[in-house]
Amino acid sequence: MIFLSNSLTSPGIGVVVWAALIFGIFFFILAKFGWKPILSAIKSRDEMIKSSLASAAKAREEMVKLQSDNEAILKKAREEREVILKEAREVRDKLIAEAKGKATEEADKIVEKAKAGIEMEKAKALSEIHEQVTTLSIDIASKILSEKLSRTEEQEKLISKYLKDIDLN
Amino acid sequence: MKTRILRGLLILSLSIAAVLQSCVETIPVSKEEKAKAAANEKFDASTFIMEHIADSHEWHLWTTKKENDTVEKVTYIPLPVILISREKGFNFFFSNKIAHGQSFLGYKVSESEELKGKIINVDETDEPTGTRPLDFSITKTITGMLFAAIFGLWIFLSLARSYKKTGISYPHGIQSFLEPVVLFIRDDIALPNLGEHKYERYMPYLLSAFFFILINNLMGLIPVLPPFGANVTGNVGVTFVLALCTFLITQFSGNKAYWKHVFAAPGVPVWLLPVMIPVELIGLISKPFALMIRLFANITAGHIIVLSLICLIFIFDSLAVAPVSILFVVFMDCLELLVAFLQAYIFTLLSALFISMAVPEEHH
Repeated sequence: MIFLSNSLTSPGIGVVVWAALIFGIFFFILAKFGWKPILSAIKSRDEMIKSSLASAAKAREEMVKLQSDNEAILKKAREEREVILKEAREVRDKLIAEAKGKATEEADKIVEKAKAGIEMEKAKALSEIHEQVTTLSIDIASKILSEKLSRTEEQEKLISKYLKDIDLN
Repeated sequence: MKTRILRGLLILSLSIAAVLQSCVETIPVSKEEKAKAAANEKFDASTFIMEHIADSHEWHLWTTKKENDTVEKVTYIPLPVILISREKGFNFFFSNKIAHGQSFLGYKVSESEELKGKIINVDETDEPTGTRPLDFSITKTITGMLFAAIFGLWIFLSLARSYKKTGISYPHGIQSFLEPVVLFIRDDIALPNLGEHKYERYMPYLLSAFFFILINNLMGLIPVLPPFGANVTGNVGVTFVLALCTFLITQFSGNKAYWKHVFAAPGVPVWLLPVMIPVELIGLISKPFALMIRLFANITAGHIIVLSLICLIFIFDSLAVAPVSILFVVFMDCLELLVAFLQAYIFTLLSALFISMAVPEEHH
């Protein structure tokens, strides 16, 4: 072990020169063609991951916002629908009520008119019947009584009185 | 472009492997050695371990003894030797020329204690001249490191290519395996220490240092099969270079506040400065020095422990020890796996910390 201090710890100049040369070439070739593309590829990938994560977070945020927006819109729409439906119902009810009122009125009017007409016609008919019956009765009576009775004022009065008593109702 | 680089790396590593053909050499064991071995009758664990830990001009694979211990058959991969000396100029040859005490072109591998394994100049009579050439050989450590660097380049260039091909997508394939580690260095080492505005400047260095150390640590753990098993990060020269890089980056990125802290620490009376400035300067150097020693010592210690446990079998000279030995080695290897990651992490973390101390916020 004596020469441990000699042959191992005293390097020849050759080893130093060759080691410097080999390590130097190793370093320069790799620095130019190795580490640069490797590190830049890793770096650009890191950046891409970072930016993708950021944009994903942003997208998620936006989606949440959109969702809440959507919900708000939906809620508003639902409320609006309720309002519209309610209004429509009211309008319908009102229309129906109005129509009903008008129809009843109209019907009442018609019925009244009809009743009035009927009343009038009835009165007319009655008076006609009165006249006819009077004439007919006079005729019949005159025919019956032609032999016995002459047409006098007194007789006609008497007949009319009788006829009035016999109301057709 | 990238495909061409990857193909180039593959061709480069294959051609290196083709050049490094293994060599089998038969050498007779000398009578003295045999006598010594017989006298000792003991397995020299220290030499065995040091041969594996220390740097070497050849990649030793295995040695077998034949013909009644008179012949040693050594299988190894000879590595290129590159020498520059004042007398003989530039020389290039493979290490099988100077293996096993042979001399070639006036060069020889020293066997003396203090220069063991280093190449020295010898004269015609094989006597050392006392001088040493400048040794720029592709040694075992450097071969291991070269393959680790090629492997690392291949992995990370294909990783970069896969990112370019898929664009921005989830991690898949090789990405899902390596990206967590890259992210770990970014998020747990660089960002907390250097801050959001400065970390990007130092990421390439931190990543390179981490993976260079890690790949070398892990390749060093795999035994026998070259280019694995070299003690790269357990070589003080290699850790010196790595620590020097951290040191230089720290000093060159030091801002005004940092230098002011070194040369005129706020709150320190002027008469104390002659003492404080040297202390601060020592502090500047001691930090990377600690980096260098920590990595070197941890990895070397790990290799020594694993090899010692294997040596137990030969020290006791009994196969019965093997199961125990293997059990302990498996345990140690698991621990070393942790240490391989841990030391790469600590080196990178401390580098980031030292750099962050040099670039304090202005209000600090």
